[in-house]
Amino acid sequence: MYSEKVLDHYTNPRNVGSLDKSDPSVGTGMVGAPECGDVMKLQIKVDEDQGVIVDAKFKTFGCGSAIASSSLATEWLKGRTIDQALEIRNTDIVSELSLPPVKVHCSVLAEDAIKAAIEDYKRKRAARQDGGR
Amino acid sequence: MKKPIYLDNHATTPVDPRVLEAMLPYFTEKFGNAASRNHSYGWEAEQAVERAREQIAELIGASPKEIVFTSGATESDNLAIKGVAEMYAERGDHIITVTTEHKAVLDACKHLQKQGRRVTYLPVNRDGLIDLDELRRAITERTILISVMWANNEIGVLQPIREIGRIARERGVLFHTDATQAVGKVPVNVEQDNVDLMSLSAHKMYGPKGVGALYVRRKNPRVQLAPQMDGGGHERGMRSGTLNVPGIVGFGEACAICRREMAEEGLRLAALRDRLKDRLLAELDEVYVNGSLEHRLPNNLNMSFAYVEGESLMMAMKDVAVSSGSACTSATLEPSYVLKALGVGDDLAHTSIRFGLGRFNTAEEIDYVAGQVIEAVRRLRELSPLYEMAKEGVVLKKVKWPQQ
Repeated sequence: MYSEKVLDHYTNPRNVGSLDKSDPSVGTGMVGAPECGDVMKLQIKVDEDQGVIVDAKFKTFGCGSAIASSSLATEWLKGRTIDQALEIRNTDIVSELSLPPVKVHCSVLAEDAIKAAIEDYKRKRAARQDGGR
Repeated sequence: MKKPIYLDNHATTPVDPRVLEAMLPYFTEKFGNAASRNHSYGWEAEQAVERAREQIAELIGASPKEIVFTSGATESDNLAIKGVAEMYAERGDHIITVTTEHKAVLDACKHLQKQGRRVTYLPVNRDGLIDLDELRRAITERTILISVMWANNEIGVLQPIREIGRIARERGVLFHTDATQAVGKVPVNVEQDNVDLMSLSAHKMYGPKGVGALYVRRKNPRVQLAPQMDGGGHERGMRSGTLNVPGIVGFGEACAICRREMAEEGLRLAALRDRLKDRLLAELDEVYVNGSLEHRLPNNLNMSFAYVEGESLMMAMKDVAVSSGSACTSATLEPSYVLKALGVGDDLAHTSIRFGLGRFNTAEEIDYVAGQVIEAVRRLRELSPLYEMAKEGVVLKKVKWPQQ
């Protein structure tokens, strides 16, 4: 039922944890809802000078595929620029993890979480720049 | 200990070796068709079927002639509900059932609704039980059938069958009960409990799959059914089709064993179930039992483990075979409608696990399972953003979730 890669990420999830939400270089994305059976929290830490994601963490409430999708997403995010991070598509996650059709929504959620985290980071940065003027 | 440990006995049970032994001759040497009247092969098969009919009838306090063999409880439910609706169409067109019934009952009722019949779906309270006054109020001049399951397949809750039967009798309405999960687990007596029609299944009571029965009352009142399967007129015309003789023999033997051992087995399983429940409640916070503990099958436990999604929990307990009220694998992604009917929120319904204990489970297994559950819940809560938020004091119900 589960692919080897899903099982691997589920058993040994990468980058589990939380970054400091109040840190200006951290972007937090929280997507899903408990009523839907999936909530993903994905965080990125960006090196301001390089514009590169230096760290990524996640916590996920959801099925094995949801946990694997977010774990994989954090792996892929590290070392990417913001623009490169925005190129990650849910379909990439589907093929990497061999997700069956009923689990495609897990990958969609992971893509949404990436975007939400980046938006949050950009919002924080814009607010800071406004404040600086 | 054989792994994975099987705790999904509401889904199906293994065939008891004593049952299998009774069945075996009827595949090879005694292979006759019970409807063959002209030779000893047929007589032998018929005799075996009649003996099984007696064994089944004895377990439920019926007469052997009131047992109609079917392929299982789904067919029995369909035959009872559609058969009554068709046969009593002139008397009325209204059926009363309950929101927590098995799909075999609910979908048979929906089918009839499409044909213009009216169906009332009674709600249940937080414990999973119906309100008898609400049932009384729902009965009209046009009501022909009340269908209420004996024991729920997800939460094991036992409905007040005897009282429901009494109400039905007083009002001259037929009473059907899907007793698939109850027969062989708790005492069932169609006379004392005022039942007119009752669905049974062999494979939930250590018999084989593919065989079941419908109890059809023959007097006070004599229940008539429009057959849903046409053919050779077997089973007093109510269910045509060659009888599954080995299956029926196994079904009979399974009933005989249950009759002898049920009382003791029930006590043993209730003790094991409570051992599991008590340990989980003691060692984990925010764990909830779904459904009444008082009115419940001895072998059922259904619990929600807040902040941990059910499917991932099952995945973590890889040496344990259970099932979940989370519907993460289903196309609809809807959690259990039974838990929702109890008023369990979707959030907690997604975190539920059903433990179904059975004849062959041991205390050693239950202790092992408890350990696995505790370890898995703790691990997954470390991974859960909801648990983290709850620990920070966030009230999750008040959070505006992006995808709600």
